[in-house]
Amino acid sequence: MTNSIKDLHEAQVIFVVGSNTTEAHPVLALEVIKALRGGATLIVADPRRIDLARKAHLHLPLRPGTNVALLKGMMRHVVDMGWQDDDFIAERTENYEAFCESLESMTVEQASDICGVPADDIRRAAELYATADRANILYAMGITQHHTGTNNVLSVANLAMLTGQIGGPGKGVNPLRGQSNVQGACDMGGLPDVFSGYQKVDNPDAIAKMEAAWGVTLADREKGMTVMEMMHAVDTGKIRSMYIMGENPVLSDPDQHHVEDTLGKVEFLVVQDIFLTETAEFADVVLPAASSFEKDGTFTNTERRIQRVRKALEPRGESMPDWRIVQSIANRMGAGWDYRSAEDIMREVAAVTPQYGGVTFSRLENVIPDVEYAQTDVCGLQWPCPTDDHPGTPILHSQQFSRGRGLFSAIEYIEPAELVSPEYPLILTTGRELVHYHTGTMTRQAAGLNALVPEARVEISQQDAARLGIEHGAPVRVTSLRGSIEPVAWVTDRVSPGLVFMAFHYAEAPANRLTGAESLDPIAKIPELKVTAVKVEALS
Amino acid sequence: MTSTTAIRRPTELHARLVLPDVEIGICLGTGGVAAGGEEVFAAFEAGLAGTGIFAVVKPREDTCQGSCASITGTGCRGMCAMDVLVDVLTRKEGVESKVTYGTVTEKMVAKIIEEHIIGGEPVHKWIVLSDDEPTSHNEFYQHQDRLVLRNCGRIDPEVIDDYLEAGGYRGLYKVLTQMTPEQVHQEVLASGLRGRGGAGFPTGLKWKFAAEAPSATGEKFFICNGDEGDPGAFMDRSVLEGDPHSVFEGMAIGGYAIGADHGYVYVRAEYPLAIKRLKIALKQAEDRGLLGANIMGSDFSFHLKIKEGAGAFVCGEETALMQSIEGKRGMPRLRPPFPAVSGLWASPTNINNVETLACVPWIMTEGAEAFAGRGFEKSKGTKVFALTGKVKRSGLAEVPMGLTLRDVIYSIGGGIKDDKEFRAVQMGGPSGGCLPASLLDTRVDYEELNQTGAIVGSGGMVVLDADNCIVDTARFFLKFTQAESCGKCVPCRVGTVRMLEILTRICEGKGVAEDIGLLETLADDIKAGSLCALGGTAPNPVLTSLKYFREEFEEHIHDKKCRAGACAALTTYWIVAEACTGCRACSRACPVDAITGEKKEVHVIDSEACIRCGACYEKCRFDAVRRQ
Amino acid sequence: MAVVNEAVEKTLTVTVNGREVKAAPGQTVLEVARSIGVEIPTLCHDDRLEPYGACRLCLVEVEGARGPVPACATKVGDGMTVQTNTDKIRRLRKFVIELLLSNHPLDCPVCEAAGDCRLQDYAYEYEVNMSPWGWHPLQFESRDDHPNIARNPNRCILCGRCVRICRDVMGIGCWGFTNRGYDTIIDTPYNLPLEEVGCVSCGQCISTCPVGALSMKRSRYAARHWQTDKTTTICPYCGVGCEVVVHTHRDALVRTTATVGRGVNNGNLCVKGRFGFDFQNSPDRLTAPLVRDENGDLVPTTWDVALDRVEQNFKRIKAESGGSAFAVLASAKCTNEENYVLQKFTRAVLGTNNMDHCARL
Repeated sequence: MTNSIKDLHEAQVIFVVGSNTTEAHPVLALEVIKALRGGATLIVADPRRIDLARKAHLHLPLRPGTNVALLKGMMRHVVDMGWQDDDFIAERTENYEAFCESLESMTVEQASDICGVPADDIRRAAELYATADRANILYAMGITQHHTGTNNVLSVANLAMLTGQIGGPGKGVNPLRGQSNVQGACDMGGLPDVFSGYQKVDNPDAIAKMEAAWGVTLADREKGMTVMEMMHAVDTGKIRSMYIMGENPVLSDPDQHHVEDTLGKVEFLVVQDIFLTETAEFADVVLPAASSFEKDGTFTNTERRIQRVRKALEPRGESMPDWRIVQSIANRMGAGWDYRSAEDIMREVAAVTPQYGGVTFSRLENVIPDVEYAQTDVCGLQWPCPTDDHPGTPILHSQQFSRGRGLFSAIEYIEPAELVSPEYPLILTTGRELVHYHTGTMTRQAAGLNALVPEARVEISQQDAARLGIEHGAPVRVTSLRGSIEPVAWVTDRVSPGLVFMAFHYAEAPANRLTGAESLDPIAKIPELKVTAVKVEALS
Repeated sequence: MTSTTAIRRPTELHARLVLPDVEIGICLGTGGVAAGGEEVFAAFEAGLAGTGIFAVVKPREDTCQGSCASITGTGCRGMCAMDVLVDVLTRKEGVESKVTYGTVTEKMVAKIIEEHIIGGEPVHKWIVLSDDEPTSHNEFYQHQDRLVLRNCGRIDPEVIDDYLEAGGYRGLYKVLTQMTPEQVHQEVLASGLRGRGGAGFPTGLKWKFAAEAPSATGEKFFICNGDEGDPGAFMDRSVLEGDPHSVFEGMAIGGYAIGADHGYVYVRAEYPLAIKRLKIALKQAEDRGLLGANIMGSDFSFHLKIKEGAGAFVCGEETALMQSIEGKRGMPRLRPPFPAVSGLWASPTNINNVETLACVPWIMTEGAEAFAGRGFEKSKGTKVFALTGKVKRSGLAEVPMGLTLRDVIYSIGGGIKDDKEFRAVQMGGPSGGCLPASLLDTRVDYEELNQTGAIVGSGGMVVLDADNCIVDTARFFLKFTQAESCGKCVPCRVGTVRMLEILTRICEGKGVAEDIGLLETLADDIKAGSLCALGGTAPNPVLTSLKYFREEFEEHIHDKKCRAGACAALTTYWIVAEACTGCRACSRACPVDAITGEKKEVHVIDSEACIRCGACYEKCRFDAVRRQ
Repeated sequence: MAVVNEAVEKTLTVTVNGREVKAAPGQTVLEVARSIGVEIPTLCHDDRLEPYGACRLCLVEVEGARGPVPACATKVGDGMTVQTNTDKIRRLRKFVIELLLSNHPLDCPVCEAAGDCRLQDYAYEYEVNMSPWGWHPLQFESRDDHPNIARNPNRCILCGRCVRICRDVMGIGCWGFTNRGYDTIIDTPYNLPLEEVGCVSCGQCISTCPVGALSMKRSRYAARHWQTDKTTTICPYCGVGCEVVVHTHRDALVRTTATVGRGVNNGNLCVKGRFGFDFQNSPDRLTAPLVRDENGDLVPTTWDVALDRVEQNFKRIKAESGGSAFAVLASAKCTNEENYVLQKFTRAVLGTNNMDHCARL
């Protein structure tokens, strides 16, 4: 997020696109609700009538996979009406002319035809967003999980730069991170192309810095494989061994049959987790990890705030914190590490990671003297925090963008990779539900949550259900090119005819058995989880 | 002041009328309807049909040909004890003569038509008021000064022309053509008009605050509080039923003064007739361009809505009332912010009571001095009282401020029913208090009444005689507020229940010595601790009773005695053998067969079986049934 | 920063119990008093909610005011003089507590809130032995069919906090006042089950209940408030990073709460953060390393055996195919420190950049 959670309600207009905030980020959504109570205007672009869409002043029910068209339509109208922020564009950005030319290719009406949102609503959304004094965008996987995910993100950035709605209180672009430490896992270099702090693995300076710090010569000086590429590389025999720490790709990754096949082919698979997950079932060695209540450390949240995780209980049985297990293996392979605590590790992180340079465990205990949080005591530092005396950074890009000038991108609309066909006439879009989390490893163990939502549900419109002879609560079969699952039908007006929705939390009816891994975004390698053609049948 | 060129005078807005030979006015206020007013109305219609007299029910739409009588349903004229009241006005050679018949039933109509309307000679035995001859009831109106009730009982509230003919909407016309908003609230301030809903806050000042408050929403609202809920108070109802346009006109003037272009009339749902007439009147006023957009062609617009309450007394409290209009549960909220700053939909809002607003058009046409010339010290103008209880003539009486309680009760009310002993007068409803005979010379004046512990309040005046128990009366009023507590704040919600338990215990003869002290501390703390005026004033009836009638509480507690014989548990009935004739009236009246005795022999009450209802006591013509 | 400057320019001076205090415009008497450590009792106030003024416990005396005013809702003015603890005020507070206890069930020995109950604390502080008007415990009945939210209307003091937090903070409105005056209870519309009135099971109503009228059903009778150890940490679910307080007793997690005035969540939690931690105590947790035996089954073993197996295979494959034959997945659910050492292990020890995690999923 460019801004802080508490900054969201400073906006006069909040534009939520591709985020079911009340279910996926319930507590953050409270800031949206607070803003609404304070008189803010809410625009929601989402194929489904999610809770926020019901509260919104304007709901744009776009067809899945047409975000670029919607955003271009809005931007075209902004430029047509002269609502762009010329000062901001001149002072802070570049490549504006090429971007403007790219808008020529789509009128508001054409955009409307593609995304299915009435042209007047697109214009109204453009006006509300562009003419507000302060407008915030919230987005999540509804923007990114497409084979055009990068284009979608760049289009969001274009809109914010075009209107100058970035770099101040209540003005920003805020991707919402979906997991407790997904931000931190990225920050720490849990990616194929970067060390911690987004230092490129193919940058000689970065390599030299890490080699010096770690006392090694790095063998690999090129970008590595993303998870999707890894799976293909197992198939080709290039990858022989995998080490998976606290992940459950059998449920989280697209095309489950393929993932299972692949994991079965891995010559030596090590899985480290707190439960015997669906993925661990394939392992040669399973290493028992401590839960997050049983160890010290830090998480970095969606607003880049590094916060202390504290040990409340002893690890169960023989289990150990993951870092201790990793250190044991490393030392058996001759690394000679001697981390005594998580704090030891953070000292090293701070030394080699510019954004974390000023982070120490003792500073994380202190309440941040932060204007926005005047009513609450908040600990933890928001990166970038380069030095011991740096207070952290609540709002990014307030003076300039990371790369200097903000780069406008000329984006063309590309249709979703998978389109409906007579055999698979419905679009399945996936996401999260409120009550369960990710692959269900933790939440499906909770009686209080299972009592609320005991089983996998597929949301289907009343019209489609009636046509297909499907009753609310009855079991159905959902089938795509890749496989079938059998959830129960949830007949609702949250989805419009032609659209069905499922969460991926359920091992017994895994939505990712249906989704495809073939169509990846060319840059981010993100799979198109939001658009899959399926058919739904009643089970008698 | 709006531009005057296009503004049309209200007199241009209705047709000139032909005067009929006979005008019959029948009370169709709630009291009149309850007493059979509609049947009487129908009987006049039917009775005139065979007479050759052209009977006009809606005279504004028809023209008279030949001998002509109009029949008009009017609002309440106050003397409700005599309903159905029928006015008959005859015109002969330019001379008008009016009499009022009382307690008219449909059976009496034929005789009135035959002897009076056709024969020209009034039916003297049924007359209660007459232009020509004084009656025993003349005193009812003698001391009154009918300013708020100026049109009630005179005009047909469902016919806007009647109101216009009586000078209606001229105040608004004057305001729109000659006055700035500042001048309007100055005029109201100068009149000395104070809120008639109970608190007595200067109306002009209230308008000034609302006029000067900046609006964050760009809107302001003007609300009429018609949620009249005090037991025994019905002056607002009478105005709404009998003269709805006067309230609308007052609101429009107020809306102009504070800069509101939307208003609400909040009426309790228990007033269906008022709601019906308000709706009719609203439609007529809108059709004539007297409400709605561009009133009288000016650039001032004032849109009104009628909002029905849902049966909660607390919604008479202004913040609860606004919550109710907003569709929320009617619970008072904290002030500040006061409604003038942030009221309905978080906008500056002015709320006045019905009676207050009905004064406004009068002030505008007659001038602030005329209003301020009436009344007493800081209480100007007139006040309508709902006189009920043990008086000879109950009803509505509008008197100049400053009259004494004695004047109202004995002159207008005609004294105590059956000439019994005056015990107390309960002033101001559940927020008010009980005053003893020694205070009968207190003036009806905000300050003077407050000093006694009672209040002017909404103007409820319940007269008690020797048969009324003061403790039981205090209990009655507290029970009312307790039941109507919204439940929001602890002192009112729980405290009133604890007080009621103690009072009940005293009335049941189970009181203990500490109870009076417990009552007093509870009352003081509830007053100090409650959130709104409902709780803050709920203990008043008990506190004033303790102040003026403490010995009656002590009698109940220590002597287990109720001097009024009203507290059933403390009363015993017996029959004095010497006086009993054995007429069986008592045993027939007894609902539980507790009285035995053969005909023409002495009867006996079984005190075990007796439920102390007093039916035998009331029935006995020989003073043989006694109670203690 | 503009906010701060403005506040500095318009600093007010208020006297609280004889002490001069600087205050900002818009602050309430309650906030200013608390800023100098003067505690004023409240029952219906929650910093997350707008002032309500119903409980009348926070009444204070302000010089020049007609009567006592509620500190929670009274904004300070320049030169205001406030007394928070006079005899009169203490008497009024005691009166309110006496009234509340006059119909409270007093089942504290089995009440979930005992030890964490405002009414209990204040009854003690104000030395309320019993109400002078006798004891008339409420006898309401209500539905109690929600899997996580336990209801007991007889313990309810009608502060309305549950009603307001659900309506104002959550934007839902499951709770409302039903009936009037002394008969008022908190209920759902038409007494429907919570699940049918839009309840998202966040338990925010429980979090704000100052007594035991609403409590966490699944941790009932697990441990008293004073028996648990409390550790502040970060919720392991979504990326918002809510601060949670983990209550543990012996070796089990009993319940989680959040602290108003703390963290990005300011005391708020969602259904998962409040009711989603049974996994911690689950018997299915892995408690020993597993290795695949000759039959292809995963069997428990010791760390030495398991790590030997890992070491041998990693060394063998690295020797045969080099680092590029490895792929490692980090975790969005593990700590920064763990992800850091894992990427370091991957790059520096295994010798590959084939490192990823499910950031995109």
